[in-house]
Amino acid sequence: MKAGSNRIEAVVTDVVAVNELVKRFHFQRVDGGTLPTFSGGAHIVVEMQDEDRTRLNPYSLMSSPLDTHDYTISVRRDDAGRGGSLFMHNRVEPGQRMVISNPVNLFSLDLRARKHLMIAGGIGITPFLAQTAQLAAEGGNFELHYSFRNDKVSTYADLLRERHGKRVHLYRSDYGENLDLERVLSSQPLGTHLYVCGPDGMITWVRDAATQLGWPAGTVHYEHFAAPQPGKPFDVTLAVSGIDIRVGEHESLLEAIEAAGIDPPYLCRGGVCGQCETNVISYDGKFRHNDHWLSEEDRRSGCKVMPCVSRFEGKSLVLER
Amino acid sequence: MAMLSRPVYGKLSAQAGTHHLFIADAEGASAILAMAKQAPQDFFASAEIMYIPGSAGNKYVAGLEALVPGRFYQGPSIAAAMPRLRHIFENAHMGLRLYLTGTEGLIGQVSQIAADAGIEHSAIQTEHRGSLARRVQCVHCKGITENVTTQPVRCSHCGLLLLVRDHYSRRHAAFQGVCINAEDPSENPPAEEIFR
Repeated sequence: MKAGSNRIEAVVTDVVAVNELVKRFHFQRVDGGTLPTFSGGAHIVVEMQDEDRTRLNPYSLMSSPLDTHDYTISVRRDDAGRGGSLFMHNRVEPGQRMVISNPVNLFSLDLRARKHLMIAGGIGITPFLAQTAQLAAEGGNFELHYSFRNDKVSTYADLLRERHGKRVHLYRSDYGENLDLERVLSSQPLGTHLYVCGPDGMITWVRDAATQLGWPAGTVHYEHFAAPQPGKPFDVTLAVSGIDIRVGEHESLLEAIEAAGIDPPYLCRGGVCGQCETNVISYDGKFRHNDHWLSEEDRRSGCKVMPCVSRFEGKSLVLER
Repeated sequence: MAMLSRPVYGKLSAQAGTHHLFIADAEGASAILAMAKQAPQDFFASAEIMYIPGSAGNKYVAGLEALVPGRFYQGPSIAAAMPRLRHIFENAHMGLRLYLTGTEGLIGQVSQIAADAGIEHSAIQTEHRGSLARRVQCVHCKGITENVTTQPVRCSHCGLLLLVRDHYSRRHAAFQGVCINAEDPSENPPAEEIFR
């Protein structure tokens, strides 16, 4: 989806090292106008021109939705990752032009809620910076519980404390400070919605506890962008386009399809939104499903795959693309 | 004529939760008694049952009391139970699960105030038992006519003859009634009893 309307020509106006792991990037429109309106929890996809390769990575917007003269994102450096965060950390400088997408929100606040309970781990704090700014401006009722390792990586903890005071609860896990999840979940007034963003293990922990304590499924919201995992190269036939492609070790299936000149739809590139869902015509082998979208039934039947994060091992794979 | 807004009711089953609130009228009690047979032991210790016997009289009261719920309330009407219900919702915490059973009128009206308290309709366990009588809102005068069993029905407020539609409003907890003879008021289709 490289349609003109979804691409915003932006300039990097500032790059700030927040701590040893995290850098913040500010984007403004090249033409100086205001950027599209967004709501807390939205993300943008940043296009990185890395030599002959285009990287497209999603990042949550952390700036206030009330101020659209710039967008800010924070990127945690992942030395063992596929290279997107390293590109942002090492190659992006103020003044540089980059293309970003329109914002998309797959982690929005449910404004029918009487109260919003937010649980963040590590860099998962970024969408909550935007959401708390939005709620604070509207007089909304919220409570944020934020866990990180130690003071060296307490990304924005001081800022949040300063902005929202006692509504922010901080936990430094290296010092044995841990969220008493059962107590927090059990003491919320009726009509509270729960939001969690952080490592996979934390999301599972919080969702399971909420289910056990009687939180209805519709009140529990979570976001985890699964970065595409590397794996063995594999061959795919794109039946509609009539071409065969090879997916490289460090490339996602979606990226390989795009590299072949085909523009399938996508939004999150992290296995959560469902946009790139692709029908499987035939296969002989095994899927490595890494998404949070397909149902168990879809996975068992082998009829669908999410090319943004999932892979394949085996003899042949034919997709309806 | 299936209509998306037409509520669909299920079968009560014990949900994970810290407190359980049952609200039933008339034959709804039988759904609670049926569910109790499958429920974990001690389930009703953390439950409150609010029961409006109505047409069922004393038929189920002893059976409900024998479940030994944490609290048992019996009242004359849904309207009379409302202040207590609002008080419960105001002071409740997440973990409270809601079970509604009996007439559509009861399920609809309690769902409506539950939504005000922040409980989404999809989070409520419902089971329809007993009468199919409808609560109807006249779309012309907005008056509500209770216990409608016939099609068409005369609005108890403005007197128009209304076609009772399957179009249901969760916000009003009522089916929509639309004037059936607006073109020619002298036309008077006979009323048939169909919502028994």
